[in-house]
Amino acid sequence: MIRLKNICKSYQLGEVKVEVLKNVNLHVKPHEFVSILGPSGSGKSTLMNIIGCLDVPDSGDYILDGNYVDDCTDNELSDIRGKKIGFIFQQFNLLSDLTAYENVEMPLLYRKIPKSERRERTLKTLEQVGLKDRMDHKPSQLSGGQQQRVAIARVLAAEPSIILADEPTGNLDSTSGNEIMEIIKGLWRQGNTIVLITHDINVANQAQRKVYVRDGRLSSKGEA
Amino acid sequence: MTGKIIKLSLKSIMNNKMRSFLTMLGIIIGVMAVVILVSITQGATNGITESISSMGSDSISAQITDEDVSLTIEQVEELSDNYLIESTAPIITASETIKKSSNTSSGSIKGVTEDYFDVMQAAIQSGRIIRSSDVDYSTKVAVIGTDVAMDLFDTWDAVGGTITIGDKIYTVVGVLEEEGSSFSGSDNSSVLIPITSAQRLVGSESITSFYAKSTSSDTVEMAVNYLENYLYQLTSSEDSYSVSNESDVLDTMDDVSSTMSLLLGGIAAISLVVGGIGIMNIMLVSVSERTKEIGIRKSIGAKRRHILTQFLCEACILSVLGGLIGLLFSWCVIYCYNYFAESTVEINKAIAAAAIVFCAVIGVGFGSYPAAKASKLQPIDALHTA
Repeated sequence: MIRLKNICKSYQLGEVKVEVLKNVNLHVKPHEFVSILGPSGSGKSTLMNIIGCLDVPDSGDYILDGNYVDDCTDNELSDIRGKKIGFIFQQFNLLSDLTAYENVEMPLLYRKIPKSERRERTLKTLEQVGLKDRMDHKPSQLSGGQQQRVAIARVLAAEPSIILADEPTGNLDSTSGNEIMEIIKGLWRQGNTIVLITHDINVANQAQRKVYVRDGRLSSKGEA
Repeated sequence: MTGKIIKLSLKSIMNNKMRSFLTMLGIIIGVMAVVILVSITQGATNGITESISSMGSDSISAQITDEDVSLTIEQVEELSDNYLIESTAPIITASETIKKSSNTSSGSIKGVTEDYFDVMQAAIQSGRIIRSSDVDYSTKVAVIGTDVAMDLFDTWDAVGGTITIGDKIYTVVGVLEEEGSSFSGSDNSSVLIPITSAQRLVGSESITSFYAKSTSSDTVEMAVNYLENYLYQLTSSEDSYSVSNESDVLDTMDDVSSTMSLLLGGIAAISLVVGGIGIMNIMLVSVSERTKEIGIRKSIGAKRRHILTQFLCEACILSVLGGLIGLLFSWCVIYCYNYFAESTVEINKAIAAAAIVFCAVIGVGFGSYPAAKASKLQPIDALHTA
C-alpha cells in the first residue's frame, strides 16, 4: 500500500544543510496499524509530510497504491490528499469560521460530490464520532477532544485509504486522549490503514507494529 | 460549488466588517464621484439644451462690433425681403435706472419692434405686446419681465401700472411669460419698450444688433451665410460682426458637456483605480493572515483553482459590493441635491452600469495577484505557520 524506497530529504537552514531523512525505507501493508515513534527533531514529522503528499522527497521513490507519487503535478497531489489520505493533526486544524458540519463537508465539496450524498456522508460520520448534536457549533465552541473528533469525522467522510495521525493526542488531556485512541483503534478494526506518529511510547504501544526514527534513520527496534 | 464559494466569501467579509467597509470605502467614493459628477453635469446640460431648443433652431442673432458702422431700423427690416429671412427684430439696449416710487430694478432695457415677439418667441401672460403703432409714435409703454414685475410691483399683476425709466414715465401694457434661461438670456429681467422710444432714451438711432428668423429650420445655414455676406459688405472686415445660430450653440454645448463628463468621469475613475489598489493591499494582508487556512484546505484536497477562485471571488464581492453601496449613496446624494436645488437630475443609468462593470473588472484585476499568491503556497509551508 505504502512503499518508501531510499527516501532522502534535507532542508537548507541558513548556511547549514540539514539532512532530515537519510535513505528511509518503509512498507505499510493494507489494514495495518503502524506507529512511528521518535523524539522531536528526529524527522518523523517530515516523514509523515512525505507520506501525506504535503511535501516531496529530494530523492527516492514513493509508491502509493501502486502509483509513483514523485512525478505527480500539484493538482494530482491535491487529488491524492483529497481522496486517499486523511490527516489527523495535533492542532486539529479545523477551519475556525465554519461549523463542525461545514468542516466535515469541505473535502467532499472539493471533490464535487453531489449535495444529497455529501449531506448523508457528513451526517453519518458526525454521528459515528458522537457529535451529531453539535454539528452547528464552531470549533471555538467545542472542547479539544470534540474538535479532534470533528477532525476525525472530516477524515472519515472522505473515505481515504490511509489515515495519517500526527500526535493526535498531543494537545489533549488523558481522558480525551484515550477516547480519541479508542476511536482510532475502532477505525483500524473496521479495516482502515493507519499510520500514527508519536513520541509517546504508551500511545505507540497500542499499534500493531512500531517503527523507530532516530536522526533521520528508521529501525524496527530501539528506544524512544 | 459556486454558491458555496460566494457564501464563504461573504462570510469572511462579514467576519471583518470594519476592515471590509474601510476597504470598500475607496470603491464607494470612486463610484459616487463618477456617478454623481457625470449625472449632474449631464442633468445641467440637458436643462440648458432643452430651453435652447424650445426656442426653435431657426433663430439667428447678429451683432456689429465695429463702432463706426451701424444700421437703421429700416435697413434691418428690409433684410426680411430676402426669401431666406422670414422676419427680423432690431434691438437697442439702454442702461437707465428703472424705478417705481422707491423700488428699483436692475433689469435691462431693450428697444424692440413688434416682430421681436415673433422672432424671439416671447409670449406675454397678461396685457399686450409692443405694436407697430407704438413704434411709429414712440409711445411711452413697456412690456416687462416677471423678475422686473416682482422687483417693482411685488406681483406679476402689473399691467396698467407706471414705471420710471431715466426721467420718463412709462405705462406697463404687458407682462411676459416666465421663461427658462437660454443662450440669448431670458427676458425675465428685461423691460421692452418701443425701439423708437429707446432711440430717444439713448440719444442715438444706430442699430448694432438684431435677431432674425429664417423661413424654415432647413434654410438656417443659408440665412446665416446671407447675413454674414451682407454684414461683410457693410463693414468690409470679418472681425467686425458676428452671426450665430442656436444650433451652433447647441452643438457647442453638446461638445462642452461631453468633454466635461469625460473629464470629470476620468478624474473620478482614477479614484476607483486607487480603491482597487486598496483592495489588493487588503487581500494581500488577508492571504498572509490566512496562510494556515490555505494550508488546511490544501491538506484536505483543495486544488490551486479552488484557492484561486475563493480569493478572487472575495476581491470581486468586495469591489462590486462597494460599487453597489456607492450607487446607493449616489442615489441619496442626488435625491438630496434635487430636493434642495429643485432640479430633476437623474442617475445616468449607462454610467451606473459602467461603474459596476468597472468595479468587477477592478476586483478581478487587483484580486488576481493576491489570489495567485495564495494558490501557489506550498501546503507544507502554509500548515507550519503559526
